[in-house]
Amino acid sequence: MAAGTRTGPSDVILRVEGLHKRYGKDEVLKGVSLELRRGETKVVIGPSGTGKSTLLRCINQLSVPDKGRVWLEDVEITHARTNINHARAQIGFVFQDFNLFAHLTALDNVTLGLVKVKKMSKKEAVVRARDELARVGLAEKAASYPAELSGGQKQRVSIARALAMDPKLILFDEPTSALDPELIGEVLEVMVQLARGGMTMIVVSHEMGFARAVADRIIFMEGGVILEEGTPAELFTCPRCERTGQFLRKITELYGETNGR
Amino acid sequence: MSYFEFVGMILPRLLRATVVTLELTAIGIGSGFAFGLLLALTRVYAHRVVSGIANVYIQFFRATPLVIQALIIYFGLPPYFKAMGLEPLSPFAAGCVALGLNSAAYQAEYLRGAIQAISSGQMLAARSMGMTKAQAVRSVILPQALRIVLPSWSNELIYTLLYSSVVYFVTLDDLTFVSMKIAAKYGRAFDSYSAAALIYLVIVILLSRVLAYVEAKLRIPGLSVDDRAR
Amino acid sequence: MSPRSSYVTGSVQFKGAAISAARLLWQSVGPLFTRGLPVTVEITVLLLVLGLVLGTVLALVQVYGRRPFRYVCVVYEQVFRGIPPLVTILIFWNGLSQSFHVFLPGVVAAALALGLRSAAYQSQIFRGAIQAVPPGQMMAARALGMGKLQAIRHVILPQAFRLAIPPWSNEYSGVVKDTAFACVIGGLLELTRLGMTSLTRLSMTHGIGSQLILPVLLIVGLFYLALTYGGNALLALLERRLRIPGFEMKGKVER
Repeated sequence: MAAGTRTGPSDVILRVEGLHKRYGKDEVLKGVSLELRRGETKVVIGPSGTGKSTLLRCINQLSVPDKGRVWLEDVEITHARTNINHARAQIGFVFQDFNLFAHLTALDNVTLGLVKVKKMSKKEAVVRARDELARVGLAEKAASYPAELSGGQKQRVSIARALAMDPKLILFDEPTSALDPELIGEVLEVMVQLARGGMTMIVVSHEMGFARAVADRIIFMEGGVILEEGTPAELFTCPRCERTGQFLRKITELYGETNGR
Repeated sequence: MSYFEFVGMILPRLLRATVVTLELTAIGIGSGFAFGLLLALTRVYAHRVVSGIANVYIQFFRATPLVIQALIIYFGLPPYFKAMGLEPLSPFAAGCVALGLNSAAYQAEYLRGAIQAISSGQMLAARSMGMTKAQAVRSVILPQALRIVLPSWSNELIYTLLYSSVVYFVTLDDLTFVSMKIAAKYGRAFDSYSAAALIYLVIVILLSRVLAYVEAKLRIPGLSVDDRAR
Repeated sequence: MSPRSSYVTGSVQFKGAAISAARLLWQSVGPLFTRGLPVTVEITVLLLVLGLVLGTVLALVQVYGRRPFRYVCVVYEQVFRGIPPLVTILIFWNGLSQSFHVFLPGVVAAALALGLRSAAYQSQIFRGAIQAVPPGQMMAARALGMGKLQAIRHVILPQAFRLAIPPWSNEYSGVVKDTAFACVIGGLLELTRLGMTSLTRLSMTHGIGSQLILPVLLIVGLFYLALTYGGNALLALLERRLRIPGFEMKGKVER
C-alpha cells in the first residue's frame, strides 16, 4: 500500500459515489464507488461485460450515469452546472481502439487539444507535442498519419495526446486489447514508466503482469459491482473472494504473466 | 378567388396533364430499361470496339443536359429527316424518345455496375455446368444483377418522372407545360406552379413507398450492394 | 466582314454555301464562349455554394439535432427532391414576380431555385459522410474537452468533407446540366438560351437555319460536356491534393 502511506484526505483526486448506469434493460453499473489518490495506479479487472469500460466512461461523462456522483478534487463533475469540457480536459482518456483523429498527423493529433481546448499558441503546442511524442518513443513518427502507424504506435500516440493536456489523471480503457500480442509490450512499457513516474491512473486491463508490477490496488468487478479491492499481493496470493481467485487463475492461464515486467 | 378555389378550378386540367406525364415516365423508363440493358451487356460482354461505341453514347447522354437532347430530337434532327423523306416526330413521340435515350444511358451504367459486382465465380460455375455464355447471363448473372440494381433503378424512375417536364421545350401538354399555360392565362403563376409541384411531390412520395415495398419483397439475404461492400 | 457579303457572293456554289454556313456557325459559337459560358458557370457556382452551406447545416441537424428539427430537415429534403428543377425555376422566376411582385435577377432566381434543390441532395451526401466517420472520433474529441461544435468543426467535418468529394462530384455533374433549365428565364443568356437565340437570329437574318439547328445544339452540348468533365477533373485533383493515408473512398454511379 505504497500510496496509502503518503495520503491525507486532500490527496484524493477522484471520488466516485454510487454510480448506476442502465442501457435499456441491462443495468451495467449497480452502484460503484471508489477513490483515487494522487500518484496512485488502480487496475480494474473482471470478466468482460461487467461494466468496467462503462465505469470509465461515466467518470468523464462520455456516458452520463443515471445515478451517482463523481468529484474531481473538490469539483463535482456530475453537477449540472459544472463545465464538463473543462473537467474532461483535466482527465486523460485512452481508448481501446485508439480513436486517433484519422485526418491528422501524429503531431497534429497531439496539438489539436492544446490549441483548441487549452488555447495554446500553435508554436507552443508543437514544442509540447514533440516532447510528448519523444516521451513515448515516437519522435520520428510526428509526420505520419494514423493509417501509417502500427497498432502499438497508434496507442502510444494516443497516450501522448492524453499526456500533453497535463491531466490530473488518465483513464485507460483496455489499452492493449486491440493490439497484436507482439505490440502489447511497447505500450505497457510506456504505461509502466508513467505509473512509476507518479501519474495517477485507472487502468482497465487483462494484463496481470502489468497489474502485479505497477498497481497500487487492484479492483475486481463483476456484474456491475466491485466485488473486491486490494493490493496485488492481497488479491494474487490469498483472494478472500472465491470468484476473484477463479478469475485470476483463468486469466493467468489465458494470457500468462509475461507482459509488463 | 382564394388559392384553394383557384387550385380546385384548375385541378381537372392539371390531372389530365398528369396522365401525360405518367405516360411519358412509363414509356421513358421502360424503353430506357430495354435499351439500357442492351448497352450494359454490350459494355461488359461485347467486342472492345462495339463496347467503346456504347461507351461514347453513354458518356454523351450522361454529360449533356436533357434539355439539349430533347431540342436536338425535336428541332435538330427533323430537317435531316425531311431530306430523307421521313415524317418529323410528334411532340409526344419526341418526348418519349428523348427520355428513353437519356434514361438508357443512366440505366446502362447502373446495370453495368451491378453485372460487374457479381463475382466471376458465378459465371465460371454456370459455364462449368455446360451453360452457354448467353444462358449463363440470362439465368445466373441477370437475376442477381437486376436485384442489386433495384435501389438505383428506383431512383432512376423518380428522376425520369421529374425530368419528364423537359417536354415543356417540345410544347407537349404535360403537367409542367399545362401549368405554364394556366399561369399565363390567369396571371397566377405561383398558384399554378405550386399546384403542379404538389402533384409531382405526391406522386414521388407514393412511388417511393411502393418501390421501398417492392425492394423489401425482392430482397434475398446476402445479395445487395451493401453486403458486397463489406 | 459583314455576314451579308458572304451570303451574296458565296451562295451560288455549293462549296461557297458550305463555307458561309461554317462562318455563320462560328459566329454563333463565339458568344457561347464569351457570354454563355460565364453565365452558366456563375449560376453553377452560386447554386453549389448555396447548396453546400445549407446542405451541411441540414446534414448536421439531422445527425446531431433534436427530433423536431430533424423532422423539419427530412420534410425539406423530401419536398425539394420531389419537384422537377424546371418547376422550381418557374416558381422562383415567374411565380415570385407575378404573384408576389418579387423581381429577382435571373441569375439569382436560377441559383436560388436550383441551390435550394441541390441542398436537399447535398444534405444526403454529407449526412452519409458524417455517419461514415467512426463514432470513436467524436468520443475522443469530447474526451479531450472539446465542445460538440468544436469537435464537429475540427474533427468530424474535415473527415466527412473528404469522404464526400466523390459523391459530391456526381452532384456537380447533375447541377451543371440542370442549369440548362434556366433557359426559361427571359434575358438570362446562359449557354442553352444563348444557343437558342443565336438560332433564331440566324434564321431571321440569313434565312438559313433549320439545317444549322443540329450543329449549334451539338456544340452547346459539347460545352456542357466540357464543363462536366472539366469540373470532375478539378474535383478529382482536389481529392488527390487532400488525400490522406487511410481514407479510402469508394466512387458510386449516381445521377
